[in-house]
Amino acid sequence: MSAPTSRARAWRGVLTTPLGATAAVLLALVLAVAVLGPVLWTQSADAVDTGNILGAPSGEHWAGTDNLGRDIVARVLVAGRLSILLAFAAIGIAIGVGLLLGSAPFLLGNGRAARLVSAGVNVAVAFPGLLLALFFAVVFGVGATGAVLAIGLAGAPTFARLTQTLVAGLAGREYVAAARVAGVGRLRILVRHVLPNLREPLVVNATIGAGSSLLAFAGLSFLGLGVQSPSYDWGRLLYDGVGSLYVNPAAALAPGLAVLVAGLAFNLFGEAVAKGLGVTELTGPRVRRPATKAAPEPDEQRDHSEGRPSADVVLEVRDLKVSFAGRDGQLRPVRGVSFSVHRGEALGVVGESGSGKSLTALAVTRLLGDDATVEAERLRLLGQDLLAEATPAQRRLLGTSLAMVFQDPMSSFNPTRRIGRQLAEVGTEHQGMTRAEAMARAVDRLDAVRVSDAADRVRQYPHEFSGGMRQRAMIGMGLMGSPSLIVADEPTTALDVTVQQQVLDLLSAIRDADDLALVLISHDVTVVGEVCDRVLVMYAGRIVEDLATADLATAAQHPYTRALVAAVPDMATDVSEPLATIPGRPVGPADTPAGCAYADRCPLADVRCRSEEPPLERTAAGGRVACWHPGGEPDVVLAGPDLRRVER
Amino acid sequence: MSATTTPIGHAAPAGPTSAGPGADAAHPRVWERPWARFAVRRLGRLLVSLWVLVTASFAMIHLIPGDPVRGALGPTAPADLVAARRASLGLDDPILVQYAHYLRSLSTGDLGTSLGSQLPVADIVGQRLPATLLLGLLGFLLAVAIAVPLGTLAGVLTRRGHGRRTELGFTTSSIVIATVPDFLLGVGLVYVFGVHLGWLPVAGNESASAYVLPVVSLAVGPAAILARIVRVELVEVLDADYVRTARAKRLAPWKVYLGHALPNALTSALTIGGLLLGSMVAGTVLVENVFAWPGLGSTIVSSILAKDYPLVQAIVLVYGIGVLVVNNVVDVVLALLDPRSMIRED
Amino acid sequence: MSELRFEDVSVRYGRHTAVDAVSLTVPPGTVVGLVGESGSGKSTLARATVGLVEPTSGTITLGGAPLPRRGRRPLQMVFQDPYSSLDPRMSIGSSIAEAMPRDETTATRQGRREEVRRLLELVHLGSTSPDARPGKLSGGQRQRVALARALAGRPDVIIADEITSALDVSIQGAVLNLVRELQQELGLSMLFISHNLAVVRYVASRVAVMRAGRIVEEGTTATVLGQPEHPYTRELLDAVPGRNPR
Ligand SMILES: Nc1ncnc2c1ncn2[C@@H]1O[C@H](COP(=O)(O)OP(=O)(O)OP(=O)(O)O)[C@@H](O)[C@H]1O
Ligand code: SF4
Ligand SMILES: [Mg+2]
Repeated sequence: MSAPTSRARAWRGVLTTPLGATAAVLLALVLAVAVLGPVLWTQSADAVDTGNILGAPSGEHWAGTDNLGRDIVARVLVAGRLSILLAFAAIGIAIGVGLLLGSAPFLLGNGRAARLVSAGVNVAVAFPGLLLALFFAVVFGVGATGAVLAIGLAGAPTFARLTQTLVAGLAGREYVAAARVAGVGRLRILVRHVLPNLREPLVVNATIGAGSSLLAFAGLSFLGLGVQSPSYDWGRLLYDGVGSLYVNPAAALAPGLAVLVAGLAFNLFGEAVAKGLGVTELTGPRVRRPATKAAPEPDEQRDHSEGRPSADVVLEVRDLKVSFAGRDGQLRPVRGVSFSVHRGEALGVVGESGSGKSLTALAVTRLLGDDATVEAERLRLLGQDLLAEATPAQRRLLGTSLAMVFQDPMSSFNPTRRIGRQLAEVGTEHQGMTRAEAMARAVDRLDAVRVSDAADRVRQYPHEFSGGMRQRAMIGMGLMGSPSLIVADEPTTALDVTVQQQVLDLLSAIRDADDLALVLISHDVTVVGEVCDRVLVMYAGRIVEDLATADLATAAQHPYTRALVAAVPDMATDVSEPLATIPGRPVGPADTPAGCAYADRCPLADVRCRSEEPPLERTAAGGRVACWHPGGEPDVVLAGPDLRRVER
Repeated sequence: MSATTTPIGHAAPAGPTSAGPGADAAHPRVWERPWARFAVRRLGRLLVSLWVLVTASFAMIHLIPGDPVRGALGPTAPADLVAARRASLGLDDPILVQYAHYLRSLSTGDLGTSLGSQLPVADIVGQRLPATLLLGLLGFLLAVAIAVPLGTLAGVLTRRGHGRRTELGFTTSSIVIATVPDFLLGVGLVYVFGVHLGWLPVAGNESASAYVLPVVSLAVGPAAILARIVRVELVEVLDADYVRTARAKRLAPWKVYLGHALPNALTSALTIGGLLLGSMVAGTVLVENVFAWPGLGSTIVSSILAKDYPLVQAIVLVYGIGVLVVNNVVDVVLALLDPRSMIRED
Repeated sequence: MSELRFEDVSVRYGRHTAVDAVSLTVPPGTVVGLVGESGSGKSTLARATVGLVEPTSGTITLGGAPLPRRGRRPLQMVFQDPYSSLDPRMSIGSSIAEAMPRDETTATRQGRREEVRRLLELVHLGSTSPDARPGKLSGGQRQRVALARALAGRPDVIIADEITSALDVSIQGAVLNLVRELQQELGLSMLFISHNLAVVRYVASRVAVMRAGRIVEEGTTATVLGQPEHPYTRELLDAVPGRNPR
């Protein structure tokens, strides 16, 4: 499906929501009145009846009559065309001038002239439209033409600003840079790459803008500064009607209602379109779900780890599943993950993007939002059941015994609070410290993670820290309590290599010093290999292999693990050979196949692999692997008939 | 549970770059501090905007096609009266001389003389400004008082994965309410409470109860828009990484909402809502005309219709300054709330 | 094929010097790796090379002549993020065709179509329709389209700025293999920018190390990575994960 049809689908989607449908019907009605009104009702609108001046609503005149005895309803219906035409004219001017001013900086190449234009727009946009309209109304004189120009020009800065922002955003895209490098001229880039991507926001804003200028027009006419008699638009009728509000309120209420309905039609339609064409959210039919449920406790208490005493177990996870309500039913990105972590152990989790590493970490630490359903046979931290209803005691346990380190140290700190306070919070919340004690502890902890000048630095904001320092502060925050487990989700991905090394060293040092357990998530096998004792390899929401890091390079059993290790060049890779590659692309939660999820990319896949999912089973080396042909040699299978081809 | 001090400093040597680029950023020179640069930049921009504003209000009269005096006095006025009026307004001088004269009188607080009443414009403005200021301020306070709690509540109820129906209802009704222009609402309120029920006064500002309808008509639209912005920002902020961090600290939920999420949501709401505040200044014009409020808004309309240009010029200037002041106050408040916003402008 | 030469090139943004008196040569038919940390000025140098920013001082020459600023560009660039470097509304065929210089082969629609096909074949996307939109392709496929677009300009030198860092490990290998293959088959010259030493080691025959806007060390890959002279190079090498496994 190419872009146009998906856009057509989006439009259809807009019209089938209740809001969109209502708005569309209203809009059609308003436009019909604009087209037909003057044709059908001009006669009755102009029929003077001196015998029935300012008449009250009656069967003949639903909203009564005006000061010449003319029918109000007919006049309102006739006035629609002028009101809407004027609004369209004004919005046309606003868009035209706005587009010109807004794309000028791009065309002018962001030089001095460009800066001047955008500075001017920025000053003008701060002034409310009505003030600008009054200004222009003085200049152009009182009347319809003046008002069109006034409202149009008054709306231009908003559109200029919008265009400018959108153009600047698009101009920063690499495909625009690529086109420039290819030698395409600025005007051509504007027309080919920039303006087409502006279409939807402009349509939305033009629709809403039409509604606003309709209302603005009514406002000006209501002040007596717009349309002058004998012409009349809704605002003018309102102006006349308000004069006789005590005699015949309907004469004011009818045009008021008309303005309101028309304004609503445009605004609602614009908003519905904006919503429909905007980012599609990951929501759909809501599945009825209990917040968290524990599957019935199995009687057999099998421990998955290598025969260590289970008193040492810090974290125990069995058959963890995470699911979301997706557009087409349930999505399950994590499909049954079991592992445990012991005191002093460093466990690595590797896998490609989307394999479920982060979700596993967040589910285990009970940090997933409540749009996710977490199920597990067992989930225990230091022997405490985390699946149970959250109690203050559980909160304290998690707050002090578990430290989290996230990938992006910039966005993971509250930008509007000083670092010190963010650390101290843990102390005051869970450890019964006073603010001063907690702050002293925060300084001590920052010192411990080797942030220099910790006493000064606690008063700084996150943006005043460098990336590596922020990540160390994040680790320091975890050390405010006395954690038994640190869960670090890609803690160094956003950092430079030398800084990455320091952060990894720091994590190792902390672990060694206090015999903490560490779960380190990374997409980089080499990082995990350096820090961890044991690695879990994840693919499509499951653990496919669990092995000692020492075995990664030489004794991996699962074809995916082996391919992953071979695909990453390191400082010892043979540069005369091509790198190993994995064909195809990772499967997502929406397209997980029935059998082994890796089958489509696996050189060993056979009929069984495609129909039956291999269970995660213990290996001779003490690890676990989920594969029907663990340790199999690709050449052997490929030498025989290629079953993949045969099957297709 | 007692806090342990973990001796880990010895475990690994800090690399040569461990001081990081932020090391000497802690003590910059005074004029390099972010707030000083911010203040200077802000002041510069304010002065430029002020100059643009003054020049625009001066230019307004000169942009009018034809002879403004002839226009004001009407086609039947005798030619010598027009000439005398032109001379008294200085309209026959070279344009730069007029400009210099305009700037000079402005700096002494002289806004010229009204063509209609022959009173000093400064007196008229001074007499009418307080009513407008009070109306605007009350309207703003009411709007905030409605919007922030409502938007926050809606935000919490519709955070990710929650309340799809609530969201639809809230968004739709806020759009609908925001669409109702203040003057229409005013007319409607006059009809219901003034004409129909007769409960509240519908004109002037003599009694306290006379404030109710104008302030409500002014505040409702902006309140709906602001509440919507607060909700959207809060939903966004609740999804932010640092809120997850706050949850990872296992703070009590209300501390996460009120301590970490709401302040950030309000800062971003203020960034967008700042413009809205400016538009409330303009909103007073229409509302004053509905309720015959003795402020600048009713004066500017009557003086535009009467072509009393010195008066129009002065009121446009006063409104403009009002908008500038509001916008700058918003920026300063933002800078106090969110230290990053000072740097962002660099 | 001609030599790309930087002489004393500096780029300043306001008071900040992003590139500081850089002199560097990319000999014909070679891949020169440029390594360094974020903020060291690698990307700025790349953007200056292709004319996206103006050098404040110094000269960049190709085969002894200054770089043309209009018309056919003898330098092409491949960007880091394959998700934003292709116009989502344009078919990949049009994106590639847009970069082609106008001559006899590309004068006709038919000629352009054939050229697009040939280029797609070259980057192992022969079975992908030129009418496909980028939204349908994986990151690795998009990056290969971006390479094809760069090749369409018939460049003398390609500037590749972190072209694998946004890709998943399983896909990165295929792109690196392609880079090497293109270099060997077409004799391309390339300035290959990356923060990943292992990746640079794999594709480049010469390496330049950049820090704070300056080139601190330059030489053959074997020498620079084998017997580093500069302490910063040694620091970088020490930091490569997997060098000191537990
Ligand atoms: N809130 C959500 N609703 C629906 N699906 C989600 C949600 N969050 C994540 N997913 C899906 O779950 C899958 C696993 O995501 P996860 O973030 O755990 O991957 P990851 O292994 O951490 O990847 P990366 O290396 O990119 O961080 C992805 O396919 C993702 O699209
Ligand atoms: S089960 Fe079959 S398809 Fe899956 S990894 Fe093992 S061999 Fe390959
Ligand atoms: Mg992740």
